Amino acid sequence: MESLATVIRYLDDDGQACHELPLWAHEMEPLLECYRWMVLTRLFDQKAIALQRTGQCGTYPSSLGQEAISVSLGQAMEAEDIFVPYYRDHGTQLMRGCGMHELLLYWGGDERGSAGGPAQDFPICVPIATQCGHAVGAARALQLQNKPQAVVCTLGDGASSKGDFLEALNLAGVWQLPVVFVLNNNQWAISVSRQQQCGATALALKGIGAGIPSLQVDGNDTIAMMDEVTRALERARSGGGATLIEAISYRLSDHTTADDASRYRPDDEVQQAWKREPIARLKQFLMRQGAWSDALEQQWQEHCQHAVAAAVKHYLEMPEQPPEAMFDYLYADWPSVLDGQLQTFAERRQRRLGE
Amino acid sequence: MNIQDKTMVEAVNLALHHAMGADERVVCLGEDIGVNGGVFRATVDLQQRFGEQRVMDTPLAETLIAGSAIGMAATGLRPVMEIQFMGFIFPAFEQLITHAARLRNRTRGRMQCPLVVRAPFGGGIHAPEHHSESTEALLAHIPGIRVVIPSSPRRAYGLLLSAIDDPDPVVFLEPKRLYRIQKQPLADDGERLPLDTCFTLRQGSDITLISWGASVRETLLAADRLQEQNISAEVIDVATVSPIDIETLCQSVARTGRCLIVHEACRSGGIGADIAAQLSEQVFDCLQAPIQRVTGFDTPMPYFRQEQWYLADPEDIVHAAVSVVHYQ
Repeated sequence: MESLATVIRYLDDDGQACHELPLWAHEMEPLLECYRWMVLTRLFDQKAIALQRTGQCGTYPSSLGQEAISVSLGQAMEAEDIFVPYYRDHGTQLMRGCGMHELLLYWGGDERGSAGGPAQDFPICVPIATQCGHAVGAARALQLQNKPQAVVCTLGDGASSKGDFLEALNLAGVWQLPVVFVLNNNQWAISVSRQQQCGATALALKGIGAGIPSLQVDGNDTIAMMDEVTRALERARSGGGATLIEAISYRLSDHTTADDASRYRPDDEVQQAWKREPIARLKQFLMRQGAWSDALEQQWQEHCQHAVAAAVKHYLEMPEQPPEAMFDYLYADWPSVLDGQLQTFAERRQRRLGE
Repeated sequence: MNIQDKTMVEAVNLALHHAMGADERVVCLGEDIGVNGGVFRATVDLQQRFGEQRVMDTPLAETLIAGSAIGMAATGLRPVMEIQFMGFIFPAFEQLITHAARLRNRTRGRMQCPLVVRAPFGGGIHAPEHHSESTEALLAHIPGIRVVIPSSPRRAYGLLLSAIDDPDPVVFLEPKRLYRIQKQPLADDGERLPLDTCFTLRQGSDITLISWGASVRETLLAADRLQEQNISAEVIDVATVSPIDIETLCQSVARTGRCLIVHEACRSGGIGADIAAQLSEQVFDCLQAPIQRVTGFDTPMPYFRQEQWYLADPEDIVHAAVSVVHYQ
């Protein structure tokens, strides 16, 4: 097999239905919920970048243009499911209860940013693809404990080149694990394009090699993403095994705030990508359905602005961790044989602070 | 209680049976550990008793074994993963260093990673290339991981049970040279031995001999020969090489005033160097001679025809100990 049948989509670039919609998509509320979260995610994203530019946050990876993937996951997952994220899924994390101030804390260099969210969700994974192993391990644990939950693991297109991803896919196929891999193909792994990344016609083909259902979905089409993620999660929870979804999207931003994508990426490509971005697309659809309006848009924008501002205030006003917090949680029980190091630290602190 | 003579590898197997029987969260995973019972037979009969669900033969993929063990540990299981030979542990290093070691710290205690990595290590069994190195220092340098090395069947049993109980990641390195060299009476009584604690194996007053793993055997033999020369050697098995119970070592060296550190790993940047530095910092005034080391060399472990030249024997230890004792 050299290619998959087709890229699954329901909305065209202008938000017009191009296929008969799934039944659930005739109910507007789930899509409105997605839309509202997508707008909030984008405003949060803009604010995080602004904070970085003004020295109030560290290096930050934008999710601009990929909100439909994140938010579809957040909407389709159950609270008890396990999320194993990479570093560009702020939308899903927010929807699962991670506070905006906690995301800012994380990217602002404070470990407390990983303390939030559901107890079972994994923290943001910065090394590329290493989270894929955790996802299959967590899925195996659910399987052994007969728990009807699923694991969702996200990764970027660059991660699909790593052995970790292929090893995890392989095991997911062998053990029929309740895991959904969502490969966010945003076309660029920093400066390496999709074409330079892999010679296959579809990244999802790697899942075929592992013996698991694999498909390409328009990642900027919220309906398509919601539909396929929901289907994959149901398969996982009912013992049907793993799925690989290649969500085709585009990273409209730089890789991170430390990157300058204009060095390697043609402007006209970015401009074309803006015409396919997910928020405008869903908004046009909802407007046509009469489910959204300019007035509602304005109200929601104002609500989000307030929510983001409050989160930023919370973040900026949080007292620093005490410096000895670096020793906290290193082990469940502090090894007394390390007491000498704590003592050395206390002396350093005393000397520096003149206590 | 049924007491039987057991080798170290049998003791490891006994501890695994005990832990899996006592707690259904304990699972084992690795290459060839199921039907085959492990290439050293450390996991023999486990799959027969506990089933394929809990004793998992994995694909040949060390990164995955470690990564999936982390996922299991964070999701309610107590995985004991086997790396078939420590020479193949390097693909798993990224997982151990970037994730296992810091999951608790990173999440401010929200998540934990109670996994055990078992790996046979060290030379002396005429194994092929990449099967004989002692690279414990690489792991001991990582905060958040315990590195435990037994030196007898009894300690293998008791320390492995403690490692499995431990709520944090433990790398449990099994000196394969000792797997079948010695039997000890052992009861399957579930008795744990403490981690983070040195074991004083022999009392002495003239010199402290510090070692761990397979070298403990040669060190004890050397202590016997030193006694024949009227040199009374105290022998301490470090056992947990990270974090190190430096207090026990300091107390002994403060009393004997002389110290020799014996390890199989190469010399530079090793745990012996660290122990020597800590002793110098803490009991310098008590030292009557420079601290010496008997170690492997900063070379690859030679192929097996020559490995005996790399490994220190009791005479090498006696020779060094005598020079420390007679230092003026």
